[in-house]
Amino acid sequence: MTNQRDIGGPRQPLLQVRDLLKHFPLKGKGLPFASPRSAVRAVDGVNFDILKGETLGVVGESGCGKSTTARVLMQLINQDSGELVFDGETVGSRALPLRQFRRQAQMVFQDSYSSLNPRMTIEDSIAFAPTVHGLPSREAITRARDLLARVGLQPERFAGRYPHELSGGQRQRVNIARALALEPRLVILDEAVSALDKSVEAQVLNLLLDLKQEFGLTYLFISHDLNVVRFISDRVLVMYLGQVVEIGSSDQVFDQPRHPYTRALLKSMPSMDPLQRTMEAPLAGDPPNPINPPSGCRFHTRCAYARPVCGQRAPVFTSDESSGGGHGVACLRYEADTASLFSTAGEVSHA
Amino acid sequence: MSTLQATAATPVSALPLPAFKRSRGHWANVAARIVRNPLAMIAAVILLALIGIAVFAPWIMPADPFATSMFTRLKPIGTPGHLFGTDELGRDLLSRLMLGGRLSLFMGITPVLTAFVIGSGIGILAGYAGGFINTAIMRTIDVLYAFPSVLLAIALSGALGAGIVNALTSLTIVFIPQIARIAESVTTQVRRSDYVDAARASGAGAFTIVRAHVLGNVLGPIFVYSTSLISVSMILASGLSFLGLGVKPPEPEWGLMLNTLRTAIYTQPWVAALPGAFIFITSISFNMLSDGLRSAMEVKQ
Repeated sequence: MTNQRDIGGPRQPLLQVRDLLKHFPLKGKGLPFASPRSAVRAVDGVNFDILKGETLGVVGESGCGKSTTARVLMQLINQDSGELVFDGETVGSRALPLRQFRRQAQMVFQDSYSSLNPRMTIEDSIAFAPTVHGLPSREAITRARDLLARVGLQPERFAGRYPHELSGGQRQRVNIARALALEPRLVILDEAVSALDKSVEAQVLNLLLDLKQEFGLTYLFISHDLNVVRFISDRVLVMYLGQVVEIGSSDQVFDQPRHPYTRALLKSMPSMDPLQRTMEAPLAGDPPNPINPPSGCRFHTRCAYARPVCGQRAPVFTSDESSGGGHGVACLRYEADTASLFSTAGEVSHA
Repeated sequence: MSTLQATAATPVSALPLPAFKRSRGHWANVAARIVRNPLAMIAAVILLALIGIAVFAPWIMPADPFATSMFTRLKPIGTPGHLFGTDELGRDLLSRLMLGGRLSLFMGITPVLTAFVIGSGIGILAGYAGGFINTAIMRTIDVLYAFPSVLLAIALSGALGAGIVNALTSLTIVFIPQIARIAESVTTQVRRSDYVDAARASGAGAFTIVRAHVLGNVLGPIFVYSTSLISVSMILASGLSFLGLGVKPPEPEWGLMLNTLRTAIYTQPWVAALPGAFIFITSISFNMLSDGLRSAMEVKQ
């Protein structure tokens, strides 16, 4: 099986996400013909690039649209509007039909048990995708066994077993092997290590790093665990209520966070030093309802820096570099014409 | 040289692949568990015996089940030569019960099997397709489902006319909605699981996913539910025969025999009750077996 590789060259982002929008309409609310119908605005105009060979971490609270974004990227859910451009070609276009895209992008799910068919042996589960794409079953099984060995499960012992006979960590290794069976270029890891024990989690993370090196993979790593994201990611994307609020390199986001939400998130990380421990909750209350998100900046209801203008004007995402990398934020404090409205000017700087 | 060429010509797929030891599959586990369930095993033995007797009835019947005799009418149980007594026309009841098992079991199992195939197909289609197709199919099914099954069976048989084929058809129609509903709900569940999403993400088409990932996970529960319908089917079939809508006399069938013997309930109550007892034993055995099957499949490790 030969994948067409690297069409746009190393500078072309592997996946460009443009104005991605996914609303889930609510059923049974209001009169049947009442309009407009309300909807959960799960993903509301998301833009970002995944660069070739990088690991892009995605963080945010539960319900902020991380998983929906992942599922839309895999086209398990169709977006309402917006475009996915994979290595220069629009997903679903004539140049890159969905089936071809799916050979190059794969996903690892959070729940290691429910993502494996309980009636299939491990090797059959891994070999399924290659056979779908026309590999003879014998070769597919051979590949499955090679991959099992590669993710640290001896084929002799594990190939013929069923998912319920494995531990969570072993099952997640199987899921990773299954995702790699099509030799993808992009692997979306949706909370892939979140359900594992800490020691097992570390092993799987190291495995992911090794596999990335060996197969030249690009990862989209979704997690709510900030420590894990910092460990594995080259760049980090912060989501809040279906929108991207900050993107930057791992160091930029973790050491010089710009968006107040990112700062609050980082403050919520438990400290290793008991004397330094956080004494109050940095974020008050639950995130607002994504059915009727707040006007203006969506974070203004919980933001410590909020000014009246925040409730009226939606911030525009601004980045200090136009393409690819760079540190970008969606906050009025960083927009030239509104920055002066925030009185404690000394604190705000374009460092 | 020739061997070399042969080796070079051998495609990779023909090379021997070491077959690693497979773990016991799901169905082997289910079988192992159900064997350890005494109630289900007793039920299975009874059913096997009844089916065996029905199949071999022509060779093991003690007497001619159609031979009437005015002198030996309504003899009690234990009469020499007539172990289970005789019916209102003096026919040997044991022989009639043995031969009647054929039709009774046939009328119990066939409609359920047919409905299992059709109902699963409809339900799996509705469950996997979801959305508008699901609504369209399931609401149509609900129309049939709204009638009590006895009423629907009688109405359909009455409309189609008496006869075995018509009775089988009407029973099948009665069971299709019930099985389709179960199939739809189980399939909807499986459809939402991550392994189906993973299969979709791998680029497999709907047909491939249903064949490889859905069928194996839904047919078990649907089958268990269907086996519990066999007893209902037998009772409904007996009811139809009782009303004269199913099997025609003098053909022996348990429901029909119960019907004709009911006039003798005051003179020979035990003889009159025998066909009913057979219906009861068979249906309770099917129920116990399907119960056992269900609990054997429910266990999660």
